Amino acid sequence: MKWARILAIVFLVTVASASLLANFVAPASYAYQFREEPDASLSRHHLLGTDDLGRDRFSRLLYGTRVSLLLAPAASLLASLLGLLIGGLAGFAGGWIERLVMSATDLFLSLPWLFLLLTVRAVLPLNVSPLISVTITFALLGCLGWAGAARMICADARSIRESEFVLLARASGNGGLRLLWRHVLPNLRAIALAQFWISIPVFIITEANLGILGLGITEPLPSWGGLLRNLQSYTAITGEPVQFVPLILFVAVVGSFHLVLHDKELTV
Amino acid sequence: MIASLAKLALKLLLTLLLGGLLATTLVRFAPGFGMDEAQLDIRLSNQSIDALNHQPKENIAGFYYRYCQRLLHGDFGRSRTLERPVSELIRERLPETLKSVGLGLFLGWVLGLSLASIAVMARSASLDWLAGIFCGTLLCLPAAVLAIVFVIAQAPERLVLAAAVFPQIYHYARNLLMRSLNQPHVLTAWAKGMGSLRLLCWHVLRPAAPQLLAVAGVSASLAFTTAIPVEALCDLPGVGQLAWKAAMGRDLYLLVTLTVLVTAVTLIANSTCELLGNMLGARRA
Repeated sequence: MKWARILAIVFLVTVASASLLANFVAPASYAYQFREEPDASLSRHHLLGTDDLGRDRFSRLLYGTRVSLLLAPAASLLASLLGLLIGGLAGFAGGWIERLVMSATDLFLSLPWLFLLLTVRAVLPLNVSPLISVTITFALLGCLGWAGAARMICADARSIRESEFVLLARASGNGGLRLLWRHVLPNLRAIALAQFWISIPVFIITEANLGILGLGITEPLPSWGGLLRNLQSYTAITGEPVQFVPLILFVAVVGSFHLVLHDKELTV
Repeated sequence: MIASLAKLALKLLLTLLLGGLLATTLVRFAPGFGMDEAQLDIRLSNQSIDALNHQPKENIAGFYYRYCQRLLHGDFGRSRTLERPVSELIRERLPETLKSVGLGLFLGWVLGLSLASIAVMARSASLDWLAGIFCGTLLCLPAAVLAIVFVIAQAPERLVLAAAVFPQIYHYARNLLMRSLNQPHVLTAWAKGMGSLRLLCWHVLRPAAPQLLAVAGVSASLAFTTAIPVEALCDLPGVGQLAWKAAMGRDLYLLVTLTVLVTAVTLIANSTCELLGNMLGARRA
């Protein structure tokens, strides 16, 4: 399976590079309307045709990929840092603090996440600018996704706390904060990194679900959720197979993440 | 047994109280809370609107007490967008969701467990690889996309939940069964010529049963979560569709009640599975 993982990494790097260079690669801006060519089919100028508003589908796909591929890791970083902070401190402290934090984590994990996400999203305004909607969507994902990471990190922190080298460090006079900073946190880096990678595809899928339901990033800024939402207008008679390109790319990217992660899960 | 039941009931009660408090706090501090529609009446003078605005607002503790009191009396409040009592809406739509979730879970489990058993017992790398690719692809698809694909293909919408649950079950079940199968005593039994079906039932599935039961609880939560996009996009009149409508209309009363209700259902499912798993584990020990 090593070749499959290498292929997945190469594919992810290619897609990420193309989306980051969207300003140069894309033939037009994601919001630019070719008003004379709505619903145009594939051509040299429009590699994937245009949508019903005359916007170039290929450009929108590149920019949408950029939004999802940049912000899902950002949300994942936020969730992992929160998990590291909460889980690491709870595991290191032990006793009633650990029990309390783990009970809160259990409560958080038992809540149906999409219901919770919808509730929190509904509290916030729906008619916001695209930039704010991007920030809200991914910040929410990051803030609500810490519980799983915290649980794993807490278990690791507990085992480190009970390990011999920490006992020796304590015996050598290392205080609580120094012990945490010098000995515990560096040893939690691997599990936090694994949680970071694991959360990325989860957040990409969640954003897609929210976007399709109309609760994600608002138009005209494209995201995978918004692009996949267009599939709702697909009909067997008038629909073009090219409309499935975002879906194929989505599956390929998330699948590649899963393939790479398989390796990560084994090594951590 | 009674002690663990009491512990579970206490945990359930505490979780619901805490969840309810969080939900109430959200409703209480949501923008627009306590605003009276009468304020939009153009016939009202500025003084009247000011008077409406300056009506004393209840504190969070009082609000929570009254909210819980109403909940205990079966009064879940009134939906702002649908202008109907929430309890009536839930009574109408819950059976539809339970039907979809029940069918989805049943089919998902039958398909997932069967495929995992076949893939593990066949010990064929190609079959395992094919099943892995198929389930892996399904795992990459958001539930909302699955729902759209089913609508486009004019397939029965109720099967979407099964398609979303099945790969998760396969993934967990395959790993658990593989671990059981690789136990030395199982390999010995196999080498001595024990039949595949007997080996599967007695030495592979039975030891994995407690863990599989734990997965069953998680899959119930997954199915309820998946019900939102599926019901919203397939136009199934269930609780998921109601939650989506409430989110679009910022109907927090309805949304919060639904969240608490679904949390209660998933917690009961999780706790029951945990209890059964513990019982099975204890009997085996």
